[in-house]
Amino acid sequence: MYETSYHRPTSLEEAANLATEKGDEAKYLSGGMTLIPTMKQRLAAPEALIDLRHVGELKGITVNGRSIRIGGGVTHAEVAMSDEIKSVCPGFASLAGLIGDPAVRHMGTVGGSVANFDPAADYPAALLALGGTIHTNKREIAADDFFLGLFETALEEGEIVTAVSFEAPDQCAYEKFRNPASRYAMCGVFVARRADGVKVGVTGAGSSGAFRWSDGEQALSSDFAPEAVDGLTVSEADMMGDIHGSSAYRANLVKVVTKRAVKKALSH
Amino acid sequence: MTDVTITVNGREMKGSVEDRTLLVQFLRGNLGLTGTHVGCDTSQCGACVVHVDGKAVKSCTMLAVQASGSSVTTIEGLASGADLHPVQAAFREHHGLQCGYCTPGMIMTAVDMIQRHGSSLDEETVREELDGNICRCTGYHNIVKAILSAAGASQPQSIAAE
Repeated sequence: MYETSYHRPTSLEEAANLATEKGDEAKYLSGGMTLIPTMKQRLAAPEALIDLRHVGELKGITVNGRSIRIGGGVTHAEVAMSDEIKSVCPGFASLAGLIGDPAVRHMGTVGGSVANFDPAADYPAALLALGGTIHTNKREIAADDFFLGLFETALEEGEIVTAVSFEAPDQCAYEKFRNPASRYAMCGVFVARRADGVKVGVTGAGSSGAFRWSDGEQALSSDFAPEAVDGLTVSEADMMGDIHGSSAYRANLVKVVTKRAVKKALSH
Repeated sequence: MTDVTITVNGREMKGSVEDRTLLVQFLRGNLGLTGTHVGCDTSQCGACVVHVDGKAVKSCTMLAVQASGSSVTTIEGLASGADLHPVQAAFREHHGLQCGYCTPGMIMTAVDMIQRHGSSLDEETVREELDGNICRCTGYHNIVKAILSAAGASQPQSIAAE
């Protein structure tokens, strides 16, 4: 790892000021589960690290009726073990329990994952399917407008993800088809059903990161059953292809994993 | 260089470290606590698992400066005097190790797992929760038995490859 300097703000304002002061060479450090390995490989070399783990405003889970708000600094383990989230939106809690391994879940945060937007990250699929909102220290952004492309979000320089929020749907589930070695999603699908329709968020498969599968949404909105997507095809052109699976393989996975997710949602 | 203060195995330890120093380097290099191992150094294998403020984390993926002000428990901090921690005793009883390289991390992960699940642990959960700990000897079988035993959980009815 190249040299760096560590800073520990205790408020959002202090964190943002540090980022302004340090400029381009600074990076926010949340759980560090992506950033630190990346720095160790010398693929990233920020001159300054601004640790967000001691910023109180980023903590806490609030559930009001069916409205859920999760602070950016909340860890995956806290989401997975939250009785409040489990009681209104069990699909979201179980997604958090499938990220990494227990030690990674103790450190990694919702805000860090959302801001990084790894093409195989799990939360983006859920936030897209749930019509979620990403809150920052400057504004609120709908998930549909937030996730732009590979590792690319609507976040501006120095902007901090302070929370994510969404309304729990009537039924939902997340199904993850993991690479057997890395355990990352080769394809992960979150389905959310409400009175006004179904939304389907897909991660791990798309060549531009997580996306909504609109053909699948249409079919499932008229018939919320696994068979509803049988006749559909997913375009290979939009899929990732690598040594772990071709784009044709991933295109097929989108259908298969969606069917499994629907089956799971129906069984809840 | 930054001054850090970390309570390690109940004792307040102070040190001056480069900000890029990993927690595992601080534990092994500065404090000489070499029970915590470095296996893959890419957060996959779990040989470096320690507890930070009571939770299992990978010390190769955390900076020492991040842990300043925290309490860290390493494998050296589990036993009380000559008495092994119950999880250590269970690993010995069930021979939950072959070469032993992964063992400190396995035990720290197991202690954390048992704290969270208690005697409700079952074989499937143990295997799932060992996702981030790799035993290159593939000795998982006895590790799972040891963890279930230490948790006071029931052993699987039929264990394969006995």
